[in-house]
Amino acid sequence: MKPARFTYHDPAAIADVLALLAEHEDSRLLAGGQSLMPMMNFRFVQPAHLIDLNRVAELGYIRADAGTLAFGAMTRQRQIQRDANVQQACPIMIEALSHVGHRQTRARGTIGGSISHFDPSAELCNMAALHDAQFVLARKGNQRTLGFDQFARGYLTTAIEPGEMLQEIRLQRWAKPYGFAFEEFAMRHGDFAICAVSVLLTLTGSGAIDAIAIAVSGVAPTPQRLRGFEAAARGQMPGHALCREAALQAAAIEAMSDAYTTAAYRTHLARVLTYRALEKAVARFKSQDMT
Amino acid sequence: MMSEKSFGTSPKRKEDFDLLTGRGRFVDDIVLPGMYAAAFVRSPLAHARIKSIDASAALAMPGVHAVISHHDLPATLRERRLPLFVPHPTLTSRMQHALAKEEVCYVGEPVAVVVADNRYLAEDALHLVEIDYEPLAAVSDCKAGARPDAPRAHADLESNVVSRMLSSVGDIDAAFRETPHVFKEEIFQHRGGAFFMECRGVIASYDAVEGALLVYVSSQGPHRIKRALLDLFDLSDTQIRVVTPDVGGGFGPKGSFYAEYAAIAACAMMLGHPVKWIEDRRENFVATHQERDQYWDVEIAVDAEARIRGLRGVLTHDNGAYTPWGIVLPWISVATVPGPYIVPAYHIELRSVLTNKVMATPVRGAGRPEGVVVMERLMDRIAREFKLDPAEVRRRNFIQPSQMPYNVGVIFRDGKQVVYDSGDYPACQDAALQTIDYDAFRARQAEARLKGRYIGIGIGNAVEGTGLGPYEGAAVKVATNGRITVSTGATPQGQSHKTTLAQIAADQFGVSIDAIRVETGDTSKISQGIGTFAARTAVNAGSSVHLASVKVAAKAKAIAAKLLDVREEDLELRDGYVQLAALPGGPGAASDNARQVRKSLAELAVVAAGMPGFAMQDGAEPGLESTAYFTAPQSTYANGTAVVEVEVDIETGRVTILRLVLAHDCGMLINPMVVEGQVMGGVAHAIGNALFERMLYDDQAQPLSTNFGEYLLPLATDVPRIEIVHQETASPLNPLGIKGAGESGTIPTIAPIIAAVEDALSPFGVRILEAPITPQRIVELLGDAALGRTR
Ligand SMILES: Cc1cc2nc3c(=O)[nH]c(=O)nc-3n(C[C@H](O)[C@H](O)[C@H](O)COP(=O)(O)OP(=O)(O)OC[C@H]3O[C@@H](n4cnc5c(N)ncnc54)[C@H](O)[C@@H]3O)c2cc1C
Repeated sequence: MKPARFTYHDPAAIADVLALLAEHEDSRLLAGGQSLMPMMNFRFVQPAHLIDLNRVAELGYIRADAGTLAFGAMTRQRQIQRDANVQQACPIMIEALSHVGHRQTRARGTIGGSISHFDPSAELCNMAALHDAQFVLARKGNQRTLGFDQFARGYLTTAIEPGEMLQEIRLQRWAKPYGFAFEEFAMRHGDFAICAVSVLLTLTGSGAIDAIAIAVSGVAPTPQRLRGFEAAARGQMPGHALCREAALQAAAIEAMSDAYTTAAYRTHLARVLTYRALEKAVARFKSQDMT
Repeated sequence: MMSEKSFGTSPKRKEDFDLLTGRGRFVDDIVLPGMYAAAFVRSPLAHARIKSIDASAALAMPGVHAVISHHDLPATLRERRLPLFVPHPTLTSRMQHALAKEEVCYVGEPVAVVVADNRYLAEDALHLVEIDYEPLAAVSDCKAGARPDAPRAHADLESNVVSRMLSSVGDIDAAFRETPHVFKEEIFQHRGGAFFMECRGVIASYDAVEGALLVYVSSQGPHRIKRALLDLFDLSDTQIRVVTPDVGGGFGPKGSFYAEYAAIAACAMMLGHPVKWIEDRRENFVATHQERDQYWDVEIAVDAEARIRGLRGVLTHDNGAYTPWGIVLPWISVATVPGPYIVPAYHIELRSVLTNKVMATPVRGAGRPEGVVVMERLMDRIAREFKLDPAEVRRRNFIQPSQMPYNVGVIFRDGKQVVYDSGDYPACQDAALQTIDYDAFRARQAEARLKGRYIGIGIGNAVEGTGLGPYEGAAVKVATNGRITVSTGATPQGQSHKTTLAQIAADQFGVSIDAIRVETGDTSKISQGIGTFAARTAVNAGSSVHLASVKVAAKAKAIAAKLLDVREEDLELRDGYVQLAALPGGPGAASDNARQVRKSLAELAVVAAGMPGFAMQDGAEPGLESTAYFTAPQSTYANGTAVVEVEVDIETGRVTILRLVLAHDCGMLINPMVVEGQVMGGVAHAIGNALFERMLYDDQAQPLSTNFGEYLLPLATDVPRIEIVHQETASPLNPLGIKGAGESGTIPTIAPIIAAVEDALSPFGVRILEAPITPQRIVELLGDAALGRTR
């Protein structure tokens, strides 16, 4: 479990990173290393060049604008968790992050690394799906911005091309007050989720659904929004029937299976966790101070 | 000032300072001049014939010194296979070569070893060694492998069933004939591996001038490793020294002799450089021994009062590809089933089956937890059938203290009948039940169900053969400067021997444990040794330390009595002196007078060492020292009860352990804190076995769990606070009344976790006949009930 030989680069500015990426075709960016280093030690990946982003200070920031919450790719997960703006504007993000690995891995792991790696269970990818994220991809002399559906390509696969770097992640933030919930099932604390469900919603004065977003991750190769349900739920009164309807829609997602977890169990969890998440988000909306 | 008895108290561990301040020394910390690093080329297939090996590309790499495969090995290693330490008449043994010859029989089997300047280069070179394999059909599941038409795990085997052994007591047919109450179960159990924090590792260094081989190895006993190396290399006793420094966990599998040790020793001898091999985690998953699958098809006959009449069945055991421990592991399982209960007739056929997987050898508990699961599942079945409280069924079947010593009749792996020496099993269960407030549980359970919460309780009782022979010696020596050293073949892997053995010696010398140096795990320090496993060290080494210390103390007194012209019996050892004992009303140790009537241990050791040119006084044996090899007549039997309360989330299948009580009797406690540490670690192990740990293989015996993301150990968040109740019944079989404690947390504890889950799910009629039990499986067993509110 030692990595194959590689050349190490230690740039300090985005421009230098992009130049190195353009120069070296067989390269990888090193963020927190929490996924990449094990993959290299297992020799699953053997890049000839390793470009370390850890000295690129301009990639670490959190910016809250009116409609968005923008994160530089190198922002540490732990830093996000502790950020007062995020805590205030986007509490579901804090809840989701509490499930991401362990304090130690969050101290190193970055939002950009997690989203570039694009594990189907990753909580931050779920957050990106839920918040209709936009992704700023940079290459030498060029930049493009993609929406979630263009960015998410499949199992551990994104639209990031060779020579490109994920520079910024922008979440579309919801105006308060809103209800939210993040329900996850993992085998142990800090494990990758088998399934996670997140919900954002607002209710009208009469208590009907006004706006709603639900993202289910861990089940399909990429996080899934329950768009059909979201559209149909508007104007409906939340209760058992609606929660059950959401649960059934989540259960309709085509599920993956592997040596440990069957598709049936993933489907089952999507179903029961969606019910719980929706119920909790509604209760939270109702219980908060509306002034 | 040391005055109180140390035995029975909990001084802080002598080991802690070094370990906690980074001064521990593990194999990988040892760096010898000119040392090379090795990496193994391992079979990627579970069963295959090796057609050719081409190492030329690897050898051409700068920094690579050798690529050694079977045909390059010294002659004795080509001719001989690894030694089998525990043969058995029913066993067709299959032992491994240091490096595979022409057939590989499990994924991970060492085929060649690359020696390079460092491990990075060695791993680069690994990928350049080209091996042409002809794949052969593989045996993955042991039950399928036992069928006559199954492919063979070794090409030349007549049958994969390499041992059939009957354990039989009483008239089993009569027992089943005479009662209509017969209950049958098919139980599948899987136990994973040891997964110590420090993987295996070995350094071999050969001094060509001396013809001496020095081996550092992370093990549970260097003496047996030395024995194996002597056999394999044909060297004389003094030519091999094996040393085990600090060990980061052993749990059984580090007690085996491995092919890698022989191969690395050969590399060192062939290359004239020290060679180090440190196992990495991926290798650890495929090449370190583990426990694995057992299928139990059993039935129990009970009378109308739910008293056991007989128990019979078949155990099909997955042995893996070779037989390094013979049939020790499944044999222990079979001998453990009767446990604390009266089983008048018993008949189990053990079938040990070779599969194309890494070898199954004892892991903490060594097959006992499986035996306990079998018996306790049957007990719960009886309770359900008779509508009796599970605790009551057990009460009706307990061996009573008045029946001690109790002959179970089953032959244990030491070749002797299992005879329990002592213990109060009913009291132990009562203590555990009281602690968890068992009587009030059903009310708690009913109340919880009203709130939609499913809680359950389970009981597990176990009797554990500990302190297995033959012996573990101790050499106790007072140097001429007065320093006291205890040397033993026992080899700690976290059991705190340096503290507990020092406590035993300290009591004889009247000193603090800080004044005793304990040396372990070095074949040059004591001639014979067996090692630390099977909860045997406190009993064997502890007794030897005691006996040797008593002798040395007596010798010191004898010499001092002569020098001081007093009677031996008026003397005592205290704080490094032999002095007049404090007698009530007589001359006290505190009085100035008495203080002058004393001799230091240093003075006495000088006298005992003799003076050049002078004869030894009265022909005394030289040296203030003694070596004792305590040999117990048989194992001593510890016992325990675990009671576990769980909650199951029926929608997700998640199991949460709410409370876990472990009452146990390991005889007299040397150090309660150390025992509690052992129990807690053991319980954590059982929780892993009950709820998490699974080594998955596909149908071609390809391991699918090869890292800790796939193979789940319990985390701190999965282990509840453990409530421990100690009972102390002195064993009559050794001078200190000790029994073993290293496995008592593990052995009774898997069964009650499974039982508690089943109890929680009793409204749904769920039956659990397997371990581990995962959330996914629980949801499967619940069927539509798991849909909960989404139904
Ligand atoms: C014990 C443990 C438990 C974990 N549990 C969880 C969990 O529960 N949930 C979870 O989501 N994650 C979990 N993780 C993974 C962790 O969150 C990682 O931090 C994350 O997946 C990767 O982030 P990183 O910054 O470490 O990236 P790295 O490991 O450095 O990189 C990951 C990949 O992304 C690429 N990359 C990195 N940055 C960029 C960029 N700016 N542009 C383009 N490509 C880039 C790298 O080249 C690499 O391919 C766990 C990890 C560990 C070790």
